[in-house]
Amino acid sequence: MSAPWLVCGSVPDEAFAAEADGLACGPCALDGGLLRLDGRDIPVRRGTPALLAACCAACAALGLDPPQALLAADAGRGAGSKKLYARLADAMPRLAPRGLTFHYLFPDLAGHDRVLLAALALPARPLLLADAGFMYAAKMSGQAAEYDLFTPDAGELAFLADELAPHPFYTRGFLAGADAGPEELARRAWDTGGAARTLLVKGGRDLVVVRGAAVRSIDGPDVPAMEAIGGTGDTLTGMVTALVMSGRELSEACAAAARANRILGALAAPTPATPVADLVPHVPAALRKALAG
Amino acid sequence: MRLFGRSRDAGKKGRDAGDRGVLAFAHTAEVIRAEATLKAAGFAVRVMGPPPDMRTGCDMVIEFELMREAAVRTALKAAGLEPLAVAPARGGMLAPVSLFSAKDFGDWLMVRAANMKITVARADRRIVNISGGGCPDVPALAELLVGRTIDDAPAPLSRGQTLCAYALELAFQEARRLLGARP
Repeated sequence: MSAPWLVCGSVPDEAFAAEADGLACGPCALDGGLLRLDGRDIPVRRGTPALLAACCAACAALGLDPPQALLAADAGRGAGSKKLYARLADAMPRLAPRGLTFHYLFPDLAGHDRVLLAALALPARPLLLADAGFMYAAKMSGQAAEYDLFTPDAGELAFLADELAPHPFYTRGFLAGADAGPEELARRAWDTGGAARTLLVKGGRDLVVVRGAAVRSIDGPDVPAMEAIGGTGDTLTGMVTALVMSGRELSEACAAAARANRILGALAAPTPATPVADLVPHVPAALRKALAG
Repeated sequence: MRLFGRSRDAGKKGRDAGDRGVLAFAHTAEVIRAEATLKAAGFAVRVMGPPPDMRTGCDMVIEFELMREAAVRTALKAAGLEPLAVAPARGGMLAPVSLFSAKDFGDWLMVRAANMKITVARADRRIVNISGGGCPDVPALAELLVGRTIDDAPAPLSRGQTLCAYALELAFQEARRLLGARP
């Protein structure tokens, strides 16, 4: 049995927090519109459940077992994320994952550092993918280059390129404005230590960037409504995770996932009012079409 | 994409950091409450990024007029808030994002502030989507706001806990401004 892939994130559910220690851990499965994990049925509306739903659907299409998940109940106070960081750091040697995808977690620098240290101490270094709040902590830690992938959107790319900003909320205007293009921002992010080795930049044109240089650009199909839909970045990160789990090289996986996420939009024909849950059922078809070329 | 480049501090005179102090709290949620309390009491305050040596993650401090420290502490105490530390303002503090962009989807308007986007239906003024962000209260806020009108929805900062909630608040207020008063 190969080492597991672990997705770490949160759900904003206080009822979930009241159970046991507020953490859910184990293999996950997608059953209709629900995510099954550790005896719980979790609705797929947005956030980490949307990432996991897309990842499970993509794994099914690729003939893979779904990933394992470690989820904390955290509605923003950070206590659940803190528990997750502690549990993960302690369990890392036993789990010895071949890869980790980090998602919606409270950006806590001390928690981040503990987890990264535990991951880098493993005999076989795992692949490290970071999105959302954990990506913010990873950048702020000054250790972004230890990561294999970040998945920023336009606002987050400007934050990665601003060596002074500890969070996108503080990105300086000369970087957050319209003047700097994504290639320039990605290069600056790498040069100033704010970028992972690979970036998948989400936008009107998706970019795959390796060590500061854009290597792939994906611009079709163009479904502008996708930008407004909360969770389309989660479906993208879920598909990247599944493709990397299948053994594909990271930049190839990013390009294929970016294509698939756009095809997902074309298949679902959404409006800016569409919920991401309506997109997830199209993941297998979109992925197959993207991989077919 | 249309960039307004509108600064929330546009037109205000620059402040001399020498007469300013910072209030630090245990949690971002307390900063949000303290800012609302002090603004309601008429104090000139603003949220800033803490100096590098005070940063722990998703955090911010409140900048205020140092000469008014006693009155500020009294107002905070009356609201049940106790700052962790009070210090003179110094270099290295960052201002919050002040640029907004908006995208017109015809029947819908999307407004972005920093990493947060909010989309509102023009016809019935309902919030239809919230996207972006990475702090764990974003999904909770989306569940709270989506489906309500921009006029009746609670302000994100009334429930939010993080800097993403703060960015969403800015986008929310900008969307209200762009859509104008309810007809």
